[in-house]
Amino acid sequence: MAGTAVRGRLTWQTATVGAVTPETASTVTLSLSVPDWPGHHAGQHVDIRLTSDDGYQAERAYSIASAPGEPLAITVERLDDGEVSPYLTEDARTGDQLEVRGPVGGYFVWEAESGGPLLLAAGGSGVVPLRAILRYRSRVGSSVPVRLLYSSRSWEDVIYSSELDFPADGVEVTYTLTRSQPRAWQGYARRVDAQMLAEVAWPAAEGPLAYVCGPTSFVESVATGLVGLGYPAGRVKTERFGATGQ
Amino acid sequence: MTMDDAAADDFTDDYAVDGNAIGGLLASVFGADMTTAVGVCGSCGAVAMVAELAVYLTDLGAVVRCRSCGSVLMVFVSRREVTCVDLMGLASLT
Repeated sequence: MAGTAVRGRLTWQTATVGAVTPETASTVTLSLSVPDWPGHHAGQHVDIRLTSDDGYQAERAYSIASAPGEPLAITVERLDDGEVSPYLTEDARTGDQLEVRGPVGGYFVWEAESGGPLLLAAGGSGVVPLRAILRYRSRVGSSVPVRLLYSSRSWEDVIYSSELDFPADGVEVTYTLTRSQPRAWQGYARRVDAQMLAEVAWPAAEGPLAYVCGPTSFVESVATGLVGLGYPAGRVKTERFGATGQ
Repeated sequence: MTMDDAAADDFTDDYAVDGNAIGGLLASVFGADMTTAVGVCGSCGAVAMVAELAVYLTDLGAVVRCRSCGSVLMVFVSRREVTCVDLMGLASLT
């Protein structure tokens, strides 16, 4: 293969940090300006690479939080032992530059013509790409019915709560708070299990399409539960973050 | 780990991510999105989309394993913009 640029080959680009918006005590949304950004699809991510003074590089993938057509933004959860997220959540300031590669991924993507009904299941910051899907659905005026099941440690850890408290028509949001709950909490207060999925998820007979994103153990348990309810494995799209959070 | 998790995934653990996580690396190597490409395990014949494979990330790169039998399917080692790719565990990747 010739050493010239291959069409479609992803390369690192310089991004400039725009608005920095705290979401919760441990998560921040960063808007990123990338020259000639080609646009993205709902559910995709970007890779972020940081280089330290001694040349050491670390890169991580972060889901895109904004809808296609909106300025590029990522929401990052701080991991105490992380190499990249402490910088992004605590030190990044408007005007800072960092390296970005993307948009990435064609699997965990929802297009309006993909249809539904949609079941979105989020564990912790796994809600980020699902939020992009919800915003995209609203932007294109889709009427596909959506149920979002969002597992969070506590109410304070719920990302985008001000947005999710007023969902668009046809969108239902169900929370489960696994570690602590506000006083008089009426909702679920345990990890997602088969019983909860049976109560919240669309019946398999309606031909739903599911997107499950979060820590690996969360994704495994939800995906297994949905298949147990009769969802074809090919209609359950999964994205695993590893052993983080939850 | 619950019983359900163990039953769902005998060969991976909570540290495994999946092929989505190496989508950028794969696109930089292959020049196209590979997360929806279909891989066939050279050991057990299991068929899966790259996005669904078990992936272990390290500082040096990524090890990709079959979810059915645990065999190593692909290894990527990156250093200074150069990526070494080993696909020997795959029967095919299309």
